[in-house]
Amino acid sequence: LSLALYTGSLCVASSAAFLYHDYCVIGAGPSGLQAAYFLQQAGRDYVVFERSHAPGSFFALYPRHRKLISINKQYTGKCNSEFNLRHDWNSLLSHDHRLLFRHYSRDFFPNADAMVHYLEDFASLLKLQVQYNTAIIHVTLEKDEQAWNGHYFLLTDQDRHNYKCSSLLVATGMWVPNVVNFPGSEYVEGYETVSINPEDFAGQTVLILGRGNSAFETAENILGVTNFIHMVSRSRVRLSWATHYVGDLRAINNGLLDTYQLKSLDGLLEGDLEDLAIVKDKKGKLHITLRFYLENRNTSAGIDSITLPQDELDNFATRAPYDRVIRCLGWKFDFSIYNRSLRLMPGKGNKKKYPQIKPSYESRGTRGLFILGTASHSVDFRKSAGGFIHGFRYTTRAVHRLLENRHHGVPWPSTVYPITQLTNSIIKRVNEASGLYQMFSVLADIILLRENATAFEYLEEYPVGVLAELEMQTGRKAPNGLFVVIMEYGRNFSGADKDVFYYNRAVGEAQHAWQSNFLHPVIYYYKHLPTEREMKLRPPDWPLPRPDAVHHIVEDFLTDWTAPNAHILPLRRFLENCLSTDLRNFFAESCFFFAFTRQKLPPFCRQGYVGMQGLVGSEGLRRHAVEAGLLEDYTARDFSGDRTPDSHDGSQNQLLRDHAIPVRPLQHLVNAKDE
Amino acid sequence: FFYVSASPGAQPFLEQIENSAEALQDYGISVVKVNCPKEDVSRYCGKENALRKAYLFRGNMLIREFPTDALFDVNSVVANVLFALLFNEVKYVETLADLQNIENALKGRSNMVFAYVPATGTAEHRAVMEAAFVYGTVHQFVLTTEATLLRDTGNDEPDVSSARLLFCHCQRATDLAQPCRRTAMGQPLTMLNIHRHLKLMGAPLVTEVAEDPEKVSTVHLQLGLPLVFILSQKETYEADRRTAEFVAWQLLGKAGVALLSRDLVDLNILLRSNVALKTPDEGVPVKYLVLEDTDEVITLVEDKSKVGQIQEDDEEDEEDEDEKENNNQDIQDDQVVEAVSRDKKRELPLEQILVLTEETFHSALLETARTVVLFYASWEAVSLAVLRSYTEVADHLKGTQGVLLARVNCWDWPGLCTKENVTQFPTIRIYEKGERWVMYDGMWGTEELTSFIMLSRVSCPLKLATIEEAEGYLRGEFPSELSSYHHASVLGVFSTAMNEAREAFEEAGNILSGHVTTGMYFEDDALALSRKYMVSPPALLLARSGGRSVEGIALSKQSAQDMVRMIRYELLDIFPEITVQNLPRYLQLRKPFLILFSDGDIGEMESKEMLKLAKGRPRQAFVACWLNLKKTPVGYGVLKVYFATVPSLPLLLWVNLHAGGQVFKFPSEQTITEMNILSWLEKLKAGLEIPSSTLSEEDWKPPLPAYDFLQMMETAVPEVPLHTSHRRGDTPAPESPGGDTTVQREPSQETKAEKGGTPGRDLRGTVPRLAAREKQGKRHSEL
Repeated sequence: LSLALYTGSLCVASSAAFLYHDYCVIGAGPSGLQAAYFLQQAGRDYVVFERSHAPGSFFALYPRHRKLISINKQYTGKCNSEFNLRHDWNSLLSHDHRLLFRHYSRDFFPNADAMVHYLEDFASLLKLQVQYNTAIIHVTLEKDEQAWNGHYFLLTDQDRHNYKCSSLLVATGMWVPNVVNFPGSEYVEGYETVSINPEDFAGQTVLILGRGNSAFETAENILGVTNFIHMVSRSRVRLSWATHYVGDLRAINNGLLDTYQLKSLDGLLEGDLEDLAIVKDKKGKLHITLRFYLENRNTSAGIDSITLPQDELDNFATRAPYDRVIRCLGWKFDFSIYNRSLRLMPGKGNKKKYPQIKPSYESRGTRGLFILGTASHSVDFRKSAGGFIHGFRYTTRAVHRLLENRHHGVPWPSTVYPITQLTNSIIKRVNEASGLYQMFSVLADIILLRENATAFEYLEEYPVGVLAELEMQTGRKAPNGLFVVIMEYGRNFSGADKDVFYYNRAVGEAQHAWQSNFLHPVIYYYKHLPTEREMKLRPPDWPLPRPDAVHHIVEDFLTDWTAPNAHILPLRRFLENCLSTDLRNFFAESCFFFAFTRQKLPPFCRQGYVGMQGLVGSEGLRRHAVEAGLLEDYTARDFSGDRTPDSHDGSQNQLLRDHAIPVRPLQHLVNAKDE
Repeated sequence: FFYVSASPGAQPFLEQIENSAEALQDYGISVVKVNCPKEDVSRYCGKENALRKAYLFRGNMLIREFPTDALFDVNSVVANVLFALLFNEVKYVETLADLQNIENALKGRSNMVFAYVPATGTAEHRAVMEAAFVYGTVHQFVLTTEATLLRDTGNDEPDVSSARLLFCHCQRATDLAQPCRRTAMGQPLTMLNIHRHLKLMGAPLVTEVAEDPEKVSTVHLQLGLPLVFILSQKETYEADRRTAEFVAWQLLGKAGVALLSRDLVDLNILLRSNVALKTPDEGVPVKYLVLEDTDEVITLVEDKSKVGQIQEDDEEDEEDEDEKENNNQDIQDDQVVEAVSRDKKRELPLEQILVLTEETFHSALLETARTVVLFYASWEAVSLAVLRSYTEVADHLKGTQGVLLARVNCWDWPGLCTKENVTQFPTIRIYEKGERWVMYDGMWGTEELTSFIMLSRVSCPLKLATIEEAEGYLRGEFPSELSSYHHASVLGVFSTAMNEAREAFEEAGNILSGHVTTGMYFEDDALALSRKYMVSPPALLLARSGGRSVEGIALSKQSAQDMVRMIRYELLDIFPEITVQNLPRYLQLRKPFLILFSDGDIGEMESKEMLKLAKGRPRQAFVACWLNLKKTPVGYGVLKVYFATVPSLPLLLWVNLHAGGQVFKFPSEQTITEMNILSWLEKLKAGLEIPSSTLSEEDWKPPLPAYDFLQMMETAVPEVPLHTSHRRGDTPAPESPGGDTTVQREPSQETKAEKGGTPGRDLRGTVPRLAAREKQGKRHSEL
């Protein structure tokens, strides 16, 4: 009844004082600010609600031990700012060079305070519209035919102020701690509040529940002073360098693994926390037992009557009593503020901590509600970087672009190039694009071919999960086929039990590129845009359905895919064969020759030479081409009885002829292998 | 069967047993029904129970009684009856031990037919029994209904719901410890199939033949199966025999295998061929193939559709094997890329060219009147080729005042290039102090770029103040910085009132900046100028080659675009020398070329006649031009394509570049005069001349195929359900995209596939290239 009264009173108030904005963003953490930046740049009407007095309140508290595990690389040896973002996991995207994280910390693994400081500056320097001290406590819908999505979002804050928005961007992150309830769980300390002073653990025996980075981070902090530390979790430890997933255990936190495997008393155990029970004895020591035993005992008897596993199994692993038990089980999304009508449902299985969303980051239940930031990680959980700043800064931009198209008729940004620039555009992007690199297998560049393959349109960083909806989502048309440029790890390379250091793990030759293991570019070619159905029926763990052709650029130790023969040449052949044309470059002289001997010209000559931008080339280059047998040297021809007596000329010819030993006829070049 | 006429329950059974009568007759079994009189209480009629049974007699001896419900249809009647009769010929087993005992007893003596039927009385059971009736004396038949037994016989995943028949080759078996070799029948169990299978099992494993395969016929061919010939020769006979037997075992029941001795038969086939395939179809010739291992032979048979494909591939291989070696996909065939990479070790003299960065770009532009900026990417071949020409330009312009050459590497500064809206590499722009820039849209050559930079130093159009300046301008003497520079000048003459035309001309001048110098004169005495050149303002005066010829052109059209087009057109020569650099300008006219090829300068006479022709004819019809082979030696290449050898020079040709591509040669016995040419052109038009050559119409296809990774993936990892989306009908989505499938995936499918190729199975070493093809995926070890 009280609930009914509560909602009733809200309705009464509703028509009165609603502050309206086109876009409401909940949360001024990294993703909320990132979204605000794009909305501001586009000149949209938006507001960000932040319950704290400053941005990034999560980082003000977490990680408890203050060390961020996202890398802050100062030097890459390159000045390409886009490339450098591949190794900067903390900066948000903006045009302002001051807002690069390396200006905020010189540490490779920075202190979390630097992040708080950075986010403050990001909000203030860019003058983002953030309303602080505003905790949204309730979100509901108001049906309205006129609204962008058929309804408005009504938000209520802690002071009963009401806000109305057409589109809701939820960037609240994951901040509700995961807890397990078992008998004795009241003795468990949470990661949120546990002491971070190692002194407090001196000479203690500690049990840590959980096996994520927070658990290991906690262990790392007290490793040197405890008697020993045990860690219990249901799943096996997943090392991020084996899984290529940054959310798994990072090497910087894994000191305990070392001590465990080097027989130094610390240890790891697998077990379901739901089956546990903790019993406190008279001395205040905590004993591990099983819920099963507790349920079967007679309730009247005291602590001593409780069966401990070691009573039956005297070598039970955790028979030693603990001084402390610490829970480090991670966080989940706060579902509590959303009215049922929003149908914001938890995901399934290991994604139940995340709200259910589509690959476009839009809620499955409510149109116009987008989940941003770490809470949107269900799209690529345990795969890519969408749950982390260095990933969701790009997916947030993608969402913004989707919204621009949907609500403001601004199609997805694209550039049109002549077909001769096709190889170049791909090479440029796979070498520098940071969004493709960080959000591998999730964001992809799309190349839409124009009629007759004379030109193409290049779209960057489109969410590949909604490829089938491309035309509707981007406002661009794809009637003539498309390429999808994406980055992938080898299919069987990553995994918790995989040996990622096996001998001969790297593929070196372009012809075996499809077996590449490390992150490498893959280009899919489709004659038609894949349908929704084809997307659904794609092979498991393929990001895309079966293409008409596919090309892998062989993995590279330096992630530098600019080698003319190993990288560019096979790519060109692939593109040529997809488009059924010849994409080679030609010197003006060759174009001249073709103009007089062929009715049709190759695209490079057609778009360059004929348009009076022929590549004349220096004499030195011409000579190299002749030596390579790719250009015929007509000056060196010997026509009997037709020689000029010009001695200088003659000697030059002689010289050239000597140089040009393997002269193959130009026919070799001309001979287009047809069938 | 004994029945009482009144009992209605017997009716269905009676029908079935009557239907079986004919089938049983074939086996010498008669069906008799006895109508029991009511009062009869004899042995068979009396007992109530007896009426629910059928009885089998041999002579007057009762062999077996059957409950009528076991004889529910013709199949069950025949099967059960024969089962009872063939008690010795068909052993029923229930345990593996029984089976092994029988098997062991048979070893070295005779073969065994082992049949599994899910239940007795089925059609399959009947088929087995019928076969046993015929072959029971030749082979030992063993029957079971125990599914576990089927599993024990080595069938991994038997489908226990369907019957199976295995032929066990126990006669050849010598080792008591080993089970007999088995050959499963692939087809469903019908009498005909079993018969066929047993017939095939009975045929010799490998037939040796010494005649033309076209004439050979074996039981396999008669039964509609293909016959594989392993081609052998004396030296390798033993190995070939082993190979043939190995293949024969693999193909048992699917195809026959014959060993053909090449030494005995004179075959007109490739020496390399090692396998031949004869299909049962009439009139299909025997195919000879070069295969590399026995697996290929087996796939050949199992997937006949592939025969054609393998064959074709093979033929292709034969034809251009040598070429393929040199013509590999991984060899660079892009002349620009190759030339640049061959040049990469040479250090470029870049000291004259200022490197700009994101930080220095804007400040540097302000320092000099004009800054030429090359935007390029350091990995891109065309940009690097242009960079080489650019260094030459820098060398030419060394010391030129007011011009700074600079470059921006977009690979280092993508933000700057995006901001400057540079979307293509290379791009050259000339920035004037302040904001304005002009894009270079000419040839990427040293000369052209140098000239463009020089000409664009002068503001365009240049406002001329006095009539003397205007005259000097037309002579190429003014402005002085260009006086040493060969160029054409366009002077716009306007009267003071003609604002609109003047503005349009100014805009046109801007567009043409760098390509041609434009000047304008609109002082009060402009009329004097126009009178001198016999034009009335607004008009253009076009001065070529230092003002020796000045043409006056009336300005009728007023828009800037029209003026640009007109000026460009007027700048074209009437009888130009075609070069690599200027051809595009004439190509744009999209007219046929009347072109005189000459080794060196053309003669005065020809020049005069051609010029007359070019001037006399309406210029719209064709482009009259000439080509100096000394200056443009690629012309030799063109002539070689037209005539195979270079004919005697000079040579006049009519080339229909844009329509049809015909090339006509002016008769060499005629002298090149206007009259002769005109009459020849008339004949051409009338279609009276035969073209000497026609330009190829061929499209520009990919020069070489790409690596077919999709196919490689399918071959190496067949388990990958690449085709699912196409094949499967309405199966639901296999996995949600976010599903946690990566973790629990099967152990490396790749390694499984690799293991698939069992070693030691390849064909004997007589096949060349055998080893060569064994190339495994090379991987980089260590570095």
